[in-house]
Amino acid sequence: MAHDVQALGGDKFPPTRWSIVEAARSGDPAERDRALESLFAAYWKPVYKYVRLRWNRPAEDAQDLTQGFFVELLERELLLRYVPGKGRLRTYLRVCVDSFVMNEDKAEHRQKRGGNMIHVALDFDAAEGELNAGAMDPALIPSPVSLDEFFEKEWIRSLFSMAVEDLRKLCDTRGRLTTFQMFEEYDLDSVEDISYEKLAEKYGLPVTDVTNGLAWARREFRRIALDRLREICGSYDEFEREVVTVFGKHA
Amino acid sequence: MKYLSDKAIERLRDSPDIPSLEGTRYVLLNRLARGGMGVVYAAQDDMLGRRVALKVLDTPERSGGLARRLIREAQVLARLEHPGIVPVHDVGTLQDGRVFYTMKLVEGQRLDKHIQAVPSIPDRLRLFLRICDAVAFAHARGVLHRDLKPANVMVGPFGEVLVLDWGLAKILRELAHTNSERDSEDAFAKDIATSTPASGADSKEHSAVTGRGSVMGTPGYMSPEQARGDNDRLDERSDIFSLGAMLRFLLAEISPPTPKPALAIDKSLEAICAKALAVLPENRYFAVTDLAADVSRYLDGLPVSARKETLLDKAGRFYRRHNVAILLIAAYLLVRLVLLLVSRRWP
Repeated sequence: MAHDVQALGGDKFPPTRWSIVEAARSGDPAERDRALESLFAAYWKPVYKYVRLRWNRPAEDAQDLTQGFFVELLERELLLRYVPGKGRLRTYLRVCVDSFVMNEDKAEHRQKRGGNMIHVALDFDAAEGELNAGAMDPALIPSPVSLDEFFEKEWIRSLFSMAVEDLRKLCDTRGRLTTFQMFEEYDLDSVEDISYEKLAEKYGLPVTDVTNGLAWARREFRRIALDRLREICGSYDEFEREVVTVFGKHA
Repeated sequence: MKYLSDKAIERLRDSPDIPSLEGTRYVLLNRLARGGMGVVYAAQDDMLGRRVALKVLDTPERSGGLARRLIREAQVLARLEHPGIVPVHDVGTLQDGRVFYTMKLVEGQRLDKHIQAVPSIPDRLRLFLRICDAVAFAHARGVLHRDLKPANVMVGPFGEVLVLDWGLAKILRELAHTNSERDSEDAFAKDIATSTPASGADSKEHSAVTGRGSVMGTPGYMSPEQARGDNDRLDERSDIFSLGAMLRFLLAEISPPTPKPALAIDKSLEAICAKALAVLPENRYFAVTDLAADVSRYLDGLPVSARKETLLDKAGRFYRRHNVAILLIAAYLLVRLVLLLVSRRWP
């Protein structure tokens, strides 16, 4: 089931995105809402999956806790308490999730959360499907280190999914949907025995057009992903470190 | 939003670095493997109408250190023309500044995969001897490989054995150059100096690539002196250690850190491995040819230099070497004995 689909921001590609922390402190409500929307979009799936596995919660409880966490994030202005120099925003949020779940357990007053305060689509069914499809057996994730890695992996998955979606929209705007389809087939779907020659044959293009089209799509993907990443990091230093985490090298 | 599998994420992490070969004579086909320095792709050489392997750095880098290493790898390969060493075809720079080189596209299997289809120990030893041939040739040309391991050996469909990945190779000594050779190498170095962001004198390059104290190699396959980063003291015996580790892998299908072999190894072969894997270089074989000679002697049923035999061992080896003749003689004697007994009983 999809919850509260009320997307903000549309398909815009702002040239320079603000950091989420700066945006949260911003006096401009539109900018703050847009940045928070990005934060939710990037983090809700990792948070949901993390709650399901780390806290071993059934799907319905995990859904409530995920929504409740983001409501708490807004209500208690947790982002304003984050100090960029002290650690990564990602780690800070994960720790916040842990304390939120523990406090909810203690208080035993968990209630249905969310309502109109969450402005992004939270497709928990899809997230649940991913958990099942990804063979994410809790028994395989025993240590806190693995859980940290798991959260990081899901966070990267979420970031890349958003960047791929942005790329699709960009290709659509520029009339390059064939390029996106080729990118999808070659880079995302990992079809067996796929090659530039086969794509060229399938789409009736010269191989050089396939090469150039894919090179363009990859460059754009990287640019968009970096833009998204910059936005959901607490500081430029953190952004630089997260680039290494995400791409394995400096930007 | 599309769900991205783990494999898709891995590809996306790498995909922005997939090179554009615009402006070269090559067309990218598909990715083959990732190495420490860069990625190897299959590419089509449009000019010669053949497929090649193209090795390219991950990304243009500011220091130029990796670019120099890649060029040096290509130069090392160029000086090693041997059937057991993959030949380099071309070196160049892409439009984005990344250095690449092309080499023969080897279709086949990595040695560690290939041996699963080779149960016979003598057949595995013959494969090993071909690896030794290539390494001995490189040593004769003054080049140490420094990263010998099963994953860096390819076995082709016709049984050809090729030693790959000379990225960590160290040039021990320069061979005598003719004036024209020296001139062309100088011109090449100058060329590279203009095409890479930071380049220095050849000696600087050498120390940057194989500098003292830096540890490069594969744990379990690199010699103790290499693992210590004692690069100035490395010589042919360091590669011999790696060959010993490979031999042990071929015989017992285990990598060196594992203390005990999974399969029982013949004592002579165990002794050969132990000598090649000696902690101190002076206790190892002096040259790869000596190691290969010992393995050949084992295959021929002769005593190996690595092990002193007891009388029983000698008898056993003599039997293994001449077992057909011994069995024939024994059968003949047995028949004669039976006939003798029969003739005495019924005169």
